[in-house]
Amino acid sequence: MHSLEFDIAHFLAGGMVVLSFLLLYQDRVYALLNVFALHSLVLALAVGWQAYIQEAHHLYVTAGIALVFKAIVIPMALRRIVRRLGIHRTLEVVGGVGRDMLAGAALVALAIMVMLPVTVGADALAREDLAFALAVLLLGLLLMVNRHNAISLVIGFMSLENGLVLAAAGARGMPLAVEISVAFSVLIALIVIGVFLFRIRERFDSVDMQAMDSFRESRLK
Amino acid sequence: MLLTLLLVLLLVLLAAGGYGTVAPARPQGSRYLYSVSLAVCTVLLLLALAHLLSGREPLHLSLPLGLPWLGLHLRLDALSAFFLVVVNLGGAVASLFGLGYGAHEREPERVLPFYPAFLAGMNLVLLADDAFAFLFAWEFMSISSWALVMAHHREPANLRAGYLYLVMACFGTLALLLAFGLLAGVDGGYGFAAMRASQTPPALAALVLVLALLGAGSKAGLVPLHVWLPLAHPAAPSHVSALMSGVMTKVAVYGFIRIVFDLLGGESAVWWWGGLVLAAGGVTAVLGVLYALMQHDLKRLLAYHTVENIGIIFIGLGLALAFQANLMYFNAALALTAALFHVLNHSLFKSLLFLGAGAVLTATGERDMERLGGLIHRMPHTALAFLIGSAAISALPPLNGFVSEWMTFQAILNSPELPQWLLKFLVPAVGALLALSAALAAACFVKAFGITFLGRPRSPAAADAGETDRFSLSAMFVLAGLCLLAGVLPGLVVDGLGPVVGLLNGGARLTDQYHQPWLTLVPVGPLKSSYNGLLVMLFMAVSGVAAALLIHRFASSAVRRGPAWDCGFPDASPATQYTAGSFAQPIRRVFGSLVFQARERVTMPPPGDLRPARLEVELHDPVWERAYAPIAAAVIAVSTRANVLQYLTIRRYLSLVFGALVVLLLGMALWR
Repeated sequence: MHSLEFDIAHFLAGGMVVLSFLLLYQDRVYALLNVFALHSLVLALAVGWQAYIQEAHHLYVTAGIALVFKAIVIPMALRRIVRRLGIHRTLEVVGGVGRDMLAGAALVALAIMVMLPVTVGADALAREDLAFALAVLLLGLLLMVNRHNAISLVIGFMSLENGLVLAAAGARGMPLAVEISVAFSVLIALIVIGVFLFRIRERFDSVDMQAMDSFRESRLK
Repeated sequence: MLLTLLLVLLLVLLAAGGYGTVAPARPQGSRYLYSVSLAVCTVLLLLALAHLLSGREPLHLSLPLGLPWLGLHLRLDALSAFFLVVVNLGGAVASLFGLGYGAHEREPERVLPFYPAFLAGMNLVLLADDAFAFLFAWEFMSISSWALVMAHHREPANLRAGYLYLVMACFGTLALLLAFGLLAGVDGGYGFAAMRASQTPPALAALVLVLALLGAGSKAGLVPLHVWLPLAHPAAPSHVSALMSGVMTKVAVYGFIRIVFDLLGGESAVWWWGGLVLAAGGVTAVLGVLYALMQHDLKRLLAYHTVENIGIIFIGLGLALAFQANLMYFNAALALTAALFHVLNHSLFKSLLFLGAGAVLTATGERDMERLGGLIHRMPHTALAFLIGSAAISALPPLNGFVSEWMTFQAILNSPELPQWLLKFLVPAVGALLALSAALAAACFVKAFGITFLGRPRSPAAADAGETDRFSLSAMFVLAGLCLLAGVLPGLVVDGLGPVVGLLNGGARLTDQYHQPWLTLVPVGPLKSSYNGLLVMLFMAVSGVAAALLIHRFASSAVRRGPAWDCGFPDASPATQYTAGSFAQPIRRVFGSLVFQARERVTMPPPGDLRPARLEVELHDPVWERAYAPIAAAVIAVSTRANVLQYLTIRRYLSLVFGALVVLLLGMALWR
């Protein structure tokens, strides 16, 4: 059971969780992008390793997509956007690191507590993978909730999506067609988000969500 | 084979609905469309009648339509055949009326496409043999009839009626959906055959009964679910009102019978089920007629009478359930026959009355009785047909309404044989309510006919009215003739209902009536009670002719001219006549102060003041104010509170999603 294959898969999936923690307290945009690129790279490795041990060849395609799009194209595109928006020097106020870490740890514990009892029948590898994937997903959501910057929201969303792909790869893979369509939808989301970011910037001179909220009319009665 | 033919005919109706979208642009379009509806309904009627009378085994048909693992199941048994007869009789006559009425329609493009679709929907409900097909057809019927209610959508009152109808229809379908879900059980057997075969646990069966009562009752108009009915039925064009009131409520009754008597099975009935249905029916009957008495809008008055008659039908059904629960199948057969007979009767005379109201409406443009009057001189044929309908709905012999109410009373009189004390007390009380409602109905139709057709015209529109067209008249007289026929020859109808009653009652039915001498109706036994419509009619004819002869024999033949019996106002204006309001006043005094919290205020100007004296009447609708207004207020209060959620920041929304997810996961982790 505790073969090398299992250990490597465990290591890679666990690495994604650790990288999600890293994402949580990056207060510079470039650093956030770099960690996200690393996150996607580890995802590509994890999925590739799953493809190898499951002998599921279509997972190689998934890994390739993760590598090319998520680890290279999207971070580069976001980097360009950041440079053109001129926000690469801004510091984002991140709430207390300790608090975020504690919350993240609690979420990971929650993910494991939920997933392990539910998947009693499945094999150990899939169970661990699913627990880690849920943890990554929850940490991505936590990132989105914590941040003000629109770029950080995008990163949070993408890391959440990485968690989904990890779950799908661990659970004996989802059909390739689904994977490709998800990858494309993420790309399209990137384009739409990019366009919107510029539009928002034109309008409000900022991509800070709090600044935008202050522009909203108070429609509450 | 027969079912395929029926299905093809329904498709023809749907195709006619498609033609209805282009028909208004063509010169004879509406006439073609109503002719097609008339022909299809007539053929459907004859086929269903043949199937019912031949007493053949149920037919089945399965088609690979609808839900993939279920398919579309159709079935034609005695029950659906009987209701097919009712629906298509109403449909054929309404189409005949439409042939003439169609010319007066201001916006035919809002009526013609939905009219045949409505007919097809009602027919499909009766043929459905699985829950999906039933609910689909039920909703199809609801929505097409909603479109017809909204035909004259520029009137604000119609908008409100349509909205309320839609809300109540959704509620009713929800209740039916839940009832079918319970019937299907955990295995999901949504075919009716599977539901019949499976045994529902008693607690769940009771829940199904309540849900069926809510679901079918909201469509049929059981108090307190009736609020939409008196608004929506009159809002539609008159022949559609006739269909909705005379026929669609019967489809709702069919739904109740199908679920409770067939799918649940009468053998699983508990005695209090019957008590529940009985009480609902009794309250509905009396409240319906009291509401009707307070109404001066002719079509709305008729709609409230539909509520009353639905109550009478449910009294019969409740009695049948109570008897079945006590294994008294003969009495159950009597009560069921009475209920089904009343279904047929009500469809006949209510359609007739609505068509008559429609004829008055097209001739005068008025629905308010206070502005009608004296129409018997200008519309003598309509007046005759309306009079026959009024006598029938007031349960006067020798017409058909009397027979079914008499049979209901026979069933009530057998109730002391019931063992439960609660029922022993409840049934006579409901009998008293039924008697009260019958008497009040007669008073109400004296008012409806008297104020509308007798006296002198109360408005120029009523004074200039002309007789309606031949198609409309023939439609009304067909119905009037059938009212008389069913009243004089009730034995034939009872025999026709035999297979239906047998199907629902474990094989027990009333004895065949056709061999009784002189077409007498002997439902229980020759020693107990019997009714001969023919004899009553003969007696009435003979005594009427004799009285007329006597009067002419002894009365002076000399012509004497003088002031008529003028009550002290020799040259009165029409406004001094008895009005609908003044006619209803005594009953308002007796019942209204209790039920409607009626208040009357008279303001008399002091002598010398030229202002007119005023009489103001204030009525409260108890059902609306006690049940619906609080619910509406609560919905508005909750949605105002929840409205805050519409204007959160994006981070708040994300936090909400995140929080909800974490809470659910925590729940999952802790649950295990």
